Amino acid sequence: MNTKQKNMWSNIGTVFFTVLAALWMYPIIMVVMNSLKVERAITTDAAFALPTAETFAGLTNYISALGAQGFLKSFGYSLFITVSSVFLILLCCSMCAWYINRVNNLISKLMYLLCAFSMVVPFQMVMFTLSQTADRLDIFGLKFNTPWTICFIYLGFGAGLAVFMFSGFVKSIPLEIEEASMIDGCSPIQTYFKVVLPILKPTMISVGVLETMWVWNDYLLPTLVLDIKKYRTIPMLIQYFRGSYGRVEMGPMMACIVMTVLPVVVIYLLGQKHIIKGVLAGAVKG
Amino acid sequence: MEKALKKWFPVFVLPTLAAFCVGFIWPFIQGIYLSFCQFITVDNAKWAGISNYVKALSDETFGDSFIFTVVFAFVSTILINGIAFAIALALTKEMKGTNIFRTVFFMPNLIGGIVLGYIWQILLNCILSNLAQPLLALNSTAGFWGIIILMCWQQIGYMMIIYVAGLQNVPPDLLEAAAIDGANAIQTLVKVKLPMLMSSFTICLFLTITNSFKLFDQNLALTAGEPAHATEMLALNIYNTFYARSGPQWKGIGQAKAVIFFILVVVISLSQLYATRSKEVQQ
Repeated sequence: MNTKQKNMWSNIGTVFFTVLAALWMYPIIMVVMNSLKVERAITTDAAFALPTAETFAGLTNYISALGAQGFLKSFGYSLFITVSSVFLILLCCSMCAWYINRVNNLISKLMYLLCAFSMVVPFQMVMFTLSQTADRLDIFGLKFNTPWTICFIYLGFGAGLAVFMFSGFVKSIPLEIEEASMIDGCSPIQTYFKVVLPILKPTMISVGVLETMWVWNDYLLPTLVLDIKKYRTIPMLIQYFRGSYGRVEMGPMMACIVMTVLPVVVIYLLGQKHIIKGVLAGAVKG
Repeated sequence: MEKALKKWFPVFVLPTLAAFCVGFIWPFIQGIYLSFCQFITVDNAKWAGISNYVKALSDETFGDSFIFTVVFAFVSTILINGIAFAIALALTKEMKGTNIFRTVFFMPNLIGGIVLGYIWQILLNCILSNLAQPLLALNSTAGFWGIIILMCWQQIGYMMIIYVAGLQNVPPDLLEAAAIDGANAIQTLVKVKLPMLMSSFTICLFLTITNSFKLFDQNLALTAGEPAHATEMLALNIYNTFYARSGPQWKGIGQAKAVIFFILVVVISLSQLYATRSKEVQQ
């Protein structure tokens, strides 16, 4: 192939993939389009139609979604649960992974094997018993079926992947660095926070990305653990309104979806490099 | 150092271990026990032997959803990996805009299953109604292909990224050597690139197969098993057995189904890992 032919093929490729990428984005564009239409214009037949002067609704759907539909509250719950769970998972699991790799005893080995095992177990296996446990567990009046404490359940069920991934990385840290800090008089806690944690940072980001994606999008676990009448995360809210509550107001629903997808897309575009790296690391380890 | 660290067990391991016991180990053990019992809540469990398993296996909806899931897993695995690999090959060539295309193809992966299912329900229903076909809730063929399309849309980008990383890791001297020996593009692909990519294939096949078997959110949001359980996959079938049926026997049967499902997922994952691992070449 000469250069001219090569150029031609590369141009054809670019055109082909531009069309494909546009198609790929279409479902999201369609929702954005519909979120700007008035209620009666969002029908099954006309979902593809662009909003016209008559059917254009401006931001009314968004205002209604934010107010009446409780989107803001759900967004708050989702945000709090995600941030608290991911923080707890990152901190506790990295500490745990460091310990079980440095202290060589039966508990460490068992813990590692159980974590690896838990990654294969489908959620349906523990779905019922976990929700019952979460409902009943009561430690000095501390319940685990509220948005404020559900992070503990997430720590439990998410520990497998996190401990496993951190372990893989801890193994590659040379022991000498930690020993040096211990000899210099650091306690294990100081060693961990001043020496190990900074080295673990890239893995922290990878695990953080994976766990954030999981917790933010999770539907089944919060549905089973939380009281749906009181607390709804975003996936719960969307499923709840579509469920058995008669006719759904489509306009505000579309606005809800746009406002759910938008932050994810923005964060993805900003932190693309880290996110793709995190996902790759998770895939390779899993 | 080990000695100094050892007594810090309560700080380093205990929080995770406690949560892990509450969130996984205890529910798992209790789940296995309860699969042999009749119960409505965990307190009133009565030993029932293997009768739950017998009833679970003779439940027709379970068998149907098993077949549906297997067919689905087969079709979606082939489609997702085939298309993802083709795109990865094209996007590692010299072309304008490859980075943008990768970004776009990967994006659906970040959106949650419930939202995805809802978006595609609107889209597919619109297409179906314009074609004068029955809508998703009444159309099991469309339901099947709907979930396939949805999963392709969500997963192709992810698998593509893994294949792209694999292709970029093929040592350039191998490709050069192949070119000097006079290999054409197809020979290079089959004889050099594919063997070097076996580990990527292992990962991607593993992920797509287990994802297909465990699929729940998308199934619930897109078709909810309609019409009449015809598009119900295993995970949704188990969920419905637990929460959508009344009668004291169903929870036990649901738990038995869950154990069967668990064993199935483990067997499939392990055998699949074993099969592809044995074909990998040492680099």
